[in-house]
Amino acid sequence: MGLLSKKDAALIKDPLADNNPITIQVLGICSALAITAELEAAIVMSVSVLFVLGIGNVVISLMRNIIPSKIRIIVQLIVVAALVIIVDQVLKAFAYELSKTLSVFVGLIITNCIIMGRFEAFALANGPWRSFLDGIGNSLGYGVILIIVAFFRELLGAGTLLGFKVLGDPIEKTGVYAFGYENNGFMLLAPMALIVVGIIIWIQRSRNTALVEDH
Amino acid sequence: MSLKKKLHDFKVKNKDKKWLPAFSAIHTFLFLPDEVTHGGTHIKAADDLKRTMNTVIMAMVPCLIFGMFNAGYQHHIALGEIQAATAGFFSPEFWSMDNFFVGFWKILPLVIISYGVGLGIEFIFAIIKGHEVEEGYLVTGMLVPLIVPVDIPLWMLAVAVVFGVVIGKEVFGGTGMNILNPALTIRAFLFFAYPTWMSGDKVWVHGAVERDQAIAAGENLDAISGETILGTLAQGKEVAYSAADMFLGFIPGSVGETSVLLIVLGGLFLIFSKIGSWRIMLSSVLGAVVMGLIFNQVASAGIISESSKFYGLMSAPFWEHLLIGGFAFGTVFMATDPVTASQTTKGKWIYGFLVGFISILIRVFNPAYPEGVMLAILLMNVFAPTIDHYVVQGNVKQRMKRLKAKTA
Repeated sequence: MGLLSKKDAALIKDPLADNNPITIQVLGICSALAITAELEAAIVMSVSVLFVLGIGNVVISLMRNIIPSKIRIIVQLIVVAALVIIVDQVLKAFAYELSKTLSVFVGLIITNCIIMGRFEAFALANGPWRSFLDGIGNSLGYGVILIIVAFFRELLGAGTLLGFKVLGDPIEKTGVYAFGYENNGFMLLAPMALIVVGIIIWIQRSRNTALVEDH
Repeated sequence: MSLKKKLHDFKVKNKDKKWLPAFSAIHTFLFLPDEVTHGGTHIKAADDLKRTMNTVIMAMVPCLIFGMFNAGYQHHIALGEIQAATAGFFSPEFWSMDNFFVGFWKILPLVIISYGVGLGIEFIFAIIKGHEVEEGYLVTGMLVPLIVPVDIPLWMLAVAVVFGVVIGKEVFGGTGMNILNPALTIRAFLFFAYPTWMSGDKVWVHGAVERDQAIAAGENLDAISGETILGTLAQGKEVAYSAADMFLGFIPGSVGETSVLLIVLGGLFLIFSKIGSWRIMLSSVLGAVVMGLIFNQVASAGIISESSKFYGLMSAPFWEHLLIGGFAFGTVFMATDPVTASQTTKGKWIYGFLVGFISILIRVFNPAYPEGVMLAILLMNVFAPTIDHYVVQGNVKQRMKRLKAKTA
């Protein structure tokens, strides 16, 4: 990446792999469980978090020297809340059906631990450009896991991807359904999302054993 | 050179090979290995884990054979080809070779898939981890075909076994480390993943699904309804089976769970050989009786109306709950799993009682999950370490008090 220095590039790259907010820091699990039954919802959620965290990090970073540290959590909450309301209104205006699927989980971006975590841990101590990159990197890391989980859950649970019947029609018995295949209803339940995230964590840590914590 | 020595030398020669765990597993299964301790002052027990597991399997074999006869019997009755058995346990209508072979050809593939897939995974994990193949799957592999409906598609069973063994056991570190009973994990997976094949009135009798499809295709046939007694009761309908049928096992249900008589005999065998815990079995029955009596009181005191959707199951006599569904099988063969049950004596009483108590509770209040025993045992598996912790702490406290009184 010629555009970014090596240090800046790491801000984007690390959260995608070895410092992933979901699989390594184990943050933002609640939304990863709730909205990954469909790929489309997961993508929209990732984009929303990308928007909120990217801009929020810059705003907090710009204000970092004037926020009194006693009330910083309140200030952070106001910034997130304002951004989340924008996202929510945009979704309601242009993608009403989808905003109904996501329901409260758009509003709950406010309490997504990743966002407050990045504000506290990074934006309060770094300049706006680096904070922006950090926000983008972490929300991409979050989005990647969400999309992988949603891909498997929608494919195996409903036999579709983004609503397209990629495995054939279960009622008319075309595609793989002709051979007696059936959708796995367990995939659509929240516990299976946790298990899929667990399997990703398992694979990641067995490929890079340095990530395994000692007890 | 004897065969024993040859095999031993072969193992020593190949001790660095990756496939050695697979070889040793088969070796120690078939022969007494040469590396046992000789002489010295060692405490020796006559049985090892493999013998223990084999004893449990022996206790289950009668249920399996009965299940084969019953699968054919239910099939033929549903098709109207034979009369219902009337002459008690040894009715010739039941014990006919026709019945046996129908069941045999349906259930044998279930056993083969269960053992083939499960042991395959055990071997792969043993080779990756470089330890000996563990014996734990021997019992699980026998339990699995006994707790599924006879018509379950084989690929579903295979997927569930992979899930149950990997997620239920290997991720925790293999046999002896698992929190949940692997056989029940497999059943729970099937239950939530493919509910149409695990509950309802079409899956318990072999041939009912095919018949349904033939009718849908326009053939003029009578539909087969093979509802379980729990399903009938949940709908508040009259049960078509006598208590004797329920006890002997001439009813539709999962393959091996129907005959309470044979399960009780298996249970007595386990208690006699000191492998199963009689405390867990007894306290579980007590728990179920207590819950059943409470529900009977509620129903007879008129606290709920007869039109309530719980009335059918609540007003069923409490002892009937012990005979129907998978209660007896779960209590005898799965709640007593030494790995996932409580370990302390007092803990076993509490654990068993709650298994029975919660089984009936789930059964009555959630007709969507007619098999409360499965969920109750899995729930209590999770709580078993907590129960043990408090039992041990309570004991420690008592001893501390005694010590204080002595020294003071």
